[in-house]
Amino acid sequence: MRRLRFGTVVLYALLIIGALLAIFPIVWMISASFMPTGMANTFPPRLWPDHPTFQHYRDVFTRLNMGRYLVNSGIISIVVTVLSLIVNSMAGYAFAKLRFRGRDGVFRAMSAGLVIPVQVAMLPLFLLMKSLHLINTYWGVIIPSMASIFGIFLIRQYAISIPDDLLDAARIDGASEARIYRSIVLPTITPILATLAIWTFLTTWNDFMWPLIVLSDERRYTLPVALASLVGEHVQDTELMMAGSVLTVLPVVIVFLVLQRYYIQGVMAGSVKG
Amino acid sequence: MLRRRAARWVVAACALVACSGAEAKEQRITLRFWALGAEGENVQQLVREFEAQHPNVDVRVQQIPWTAAHEKLLTAFVGNVTPDLAQLGNTWVPELQAVDAILPLDQFVAQSSIVKASRVFPGIWETNVLNDTIYAIPWYVDTRVLFYRKDILAAAGYDSMPQSWAGWHDAMQAIQKKAGKRQWAIFLPTNEWMQPVVLGLQNQSPLLKDGGRYGAFEEPAFRGAYEFYIKLFRDGLAPVAGNNDIANPYQEFARGTFAMWITGPWNIGEFERRLPPEMQGSWATAPLPGPTGAPSGVSNAGGSSLVVFKGSPHPKEAWELIEFLSRADIQRRFYHLTGDLPAQIDAWQDSSLAGDRYAAAFYTQLQRVRPTPKVPEWEFLTSKIIDFSELSIRGGLSTDRALAQLDATVDRILEKRRWILARAAHAPHDSAAVVKLR
Amino acid sequence: MTGARAQIAAKTPEWRAGRAGWLFIAPAITLIGIFFFLPVGASLLLSITDFDLYAVANPSNVRFVGTRNYTELLNNPTFWLALKNTFYFALVGGPLTVATSLGAALLLNAKVVRFKTFFRTIYFLPFVTTLVAVAIVWRYLYHPQYGFLNYALGAIGIHPIDWLGDPRWAMPAIILLAVWKNFGYNMLIFIAGLQSVPEDLYEAASLDGAGAVRQFWHVTLPNLAPTFFFVGVVTMIGYFQLFAEPYVMTTGGPLGATTSLVLFMYEEGFRWWRLGVAASIAFLLFLIILVWTAIQLRLERRLAA
Repeated sequence: MRRLRFGTVVLYALLIIGALLAIFPIVWMISASFMPTGMANTFPPRLWPDHPTFQHYRDVFTRLNMGRYLVNSGIISIVVTVLSLIVNSMAGYAFAKLRFRGRDGVFRAMSAGLVIPVQVAMLPLFLLMKSLHLINTYWGVIIPSMASIFGIFLIRQYAISIPDDLLDAARIDGASEARIYRSIVLPTITPILATLAIWTFLTTWNDFMWPLIVLSDERRYTLPVALASLVGEHVQDTELMMAGSVLTVLPVVIVFLVLQRYYIQGVMAGSVKG
Repeated sequence: MLRRRAARWVVAACALVACSGAEAKEQRITLRFWALGAEGENVQQLVREFEAQHPNVDVRVQQIPWTAAHEKLLTAFVGNVTPDLAQLGNTWVPELQAVDAILPLDQFVAQSSIVKASRVFPGIWETNVLNDTIYAIPWYVDTRVLFYRKDILAAAGYDSMPQSWAGWHDAMQAIQKKAGKRQWAIFLPTNEWMQPVVLGLQNQSPLLKDGGRYGAFEEPAFRGAYEFYIKLFRDGLAPVAGNNDIANPYQEFARGTFAMWITGPWNIGEFERRLPPEMQGSWATAPLPGPTGAPSGVSNAGGSSLVVFKGSPHPKEAWELIEFLSRADIQRRFYHLTGDLPAQIDAWQDSSLAGDRYAAAFYTQLQRVRPTPKVPEWEFLTSKIIDFSELSIRGGLSTDRALAQLDATVDRILEKRRWILARAAHAPHDSAAVVKLR
Repeated sequence: MTGARAQIAAKTPEWRAGRAGWLFIAPAITLIGIFFFLPVGASLLLSITDFDLYAVANPSNVRFVGTRNYTELLNNPTFWLALKNTFYFALVGGPLTVATSLGAALLLNAKVVRFKTFFRTIYFLPFVTTLVAVAIVWRYLYHPQYGFLNYALGAIGIHPIDWLGDPRWAMPAIILLAVWKNFGYNMLIFIAGLQSVPEDLYEAASLDGAGAVRQFWHVTLPNLAPTFFFVGVVTMIGYFQLFAEPYVMTTGGPLGATTSLVLFMYEEGFRWWRLGVAASIAFLLFLIILVWTAIQLRLERRLAA
């Protein structure tokens, strides 16, 4: 029998306690969403429902119309992810590998934007969107997120490691820049693209403040905005709100769980380079 | 290959044209209607009937919580995405009118056989009239009266609610004498502006002076009301608590934690639902006492009105929906659905309303209501009234300093309004360039 | 150059790469320019006007007021309250989050631990969830009577606390939520940092007789310094922008105890439409973040030396 060192036991104990603390709210959220109405508001508080019910999920889709918000969130997140991937990767690669006059100056100026909190831009951005008639539209939410300084940074960081001779050789062979980008660069930076895609999907799905401001017709609400609005009316219906929360959180958790390898690798790789 | 592609586009185009042609014949109209809070849920049933009577009209009701309503309405206005018609608190009408967001409704009213000024409580109709033009139609009314524990009042030696401030104060003191620890005579949530404002209106304060250009809070009329209000806390007759400090006010009312509560008509239904059966005979409503007896006991002219937005492509149909909702029978049905008191006086002939002993106090009170200042900044000003009164109640800020600072704050907020009015005065012909104001 | 030679010189690979460069960055910088930098500039302009709802209705209803918005803000007690609350949140929540992240990273990095991926996934899960959704969950967990937190505290003899209703406890409640939600991200970065510390340093230290704690102090921490600084700066910048939690859980109350600068800006801008004032709040926030980051970087440079 292997002797268990005291230190190891302590470590595992701490890890398990930490895991329980980290996961408890999520577990309770799921559990409460299956409780019959009123059970989540009792003393002493219950952890598990004794008669689980799907009623609240039915209500969430019929009374609260959340299927529509799910679709809105899905459409916006996917479109932003796809479009921003294209826009950011092109720019990131160009800043890393294409030599043109003013490149470094433009890059530095753009990076300065990283320090500016995004709320500074929100008020005039709203007025700008209004003049473009984009208030309360999907594009009003999508367009400001299509290019991200952080995303460009990330891609550039990664793309710098592409060997120059590879690219020059292709140029000498007569390949156009677009061809080089498609056939050489994109395959090489696929890992960071995967990371950025997941990151963008998560952040867009979870985005709250801007969609809150831009979307006024509840038929266009994304899930977070709809939830915040519903909690104003239904705060006493705990179980119902939990079902809504589960519905909001489930897609991003699934995306994360399935693709976490790419995502976590990307985060950790990006950070070590400083 | 190319020809087949082209052919497919041609077919699609034809289908599109055919469809739109069919639509043009039918001319289905969709009315977007923003309704607030519980009314938003309940009006949907009535709306179905309207649709039945107007087959080419679809009404899409969007329900908005009260807490977000004011900002959502303004955001929609700024973003140019307003609905066709909306419910709003009648104190918000001046704001929307000042930014030219809503249609004047005089023409419609003149031609209507249902919507008339004479059919609505006068004080209520007044709140929706600006520059002698009617901008909103009252939907349901809201005013504040006293809800109180008959038994506690009787135990203190009073068989009915006094009608004057002096009598009322004495009654509260009598109740307090018999009260236990952590019991009070009256619940006045410290984070609400209605109470001090209504007392001010009762004491003949205009709240703002010079046509809404300056604060009148330091003047004797409001000062007297404010001192009366603050003293209720200082004398221990009211708990120092906001409306979110007391988890379940109905429970506390039943327990006798407080014997009086100034609140609105929706609580008639709530009291009947939430108070235990043995308590149902122990409470009553009464019109507010006034500084000098019954006629001076005015209350606020509140409630919700319906407006039509300027950007609406279907003002005529929107007006028809408003007319529908103003019909006496529909008002009665709405009352049964929501407990909201009808704005149309005819609807009060309904047997359940006419005989309702709790609603009777509201009927009396509605004959004595006064509007709050009809300035666009009013909603913002009320948050300042709350701030300073809470400082007096909780922080001990003296009346003199509180009212002086309140007036200073209010004057500062109204500075833009003064500037705009001054400009309008100097350039009366340039009315297009200046927003319409009182 | 003459025509033919110019044509040949023009189409060199370098030239093509250069032109492609501009084309490649064009979509991104156009979007960022129009939808970020332009509004930022407009914000500065807005902040020196009295742009409000009247002005939205009619553009002639706007005046240049110089620094009046700023001076009025500095005289506004709500501004100072929001500033204090924001600093309270950032200066307590920031270090707490970083410490928790470091702790979790150390646990996960320990050699004897198995099932690393499993635990790492669980620890990261809160970060992935939608803030609005979990804020609502925590709102119920914080319920004075029915919430689990008070129930658990009651088991060890602590009286129920009105977490979201008591001005003294509302901000700590929000800080706790923020730490729970965000520690996972920095944890990953710390793990990467820990893994990049060379093994031989640890071996050398233990050969010198240093125990686990001394190794941590003298080997781990110094090597982790750059990661620490990066994590610290990024976390603080994020925390200064506190908005969603108070908006969803407490609407800035009770008694303004959780009103943050961004929430204050949102109310002034999108509730009352005093856009000039809101823009000046936004700019002050920007200045604060800028100055704080500069201070933090200087402090860290001094510590590193």
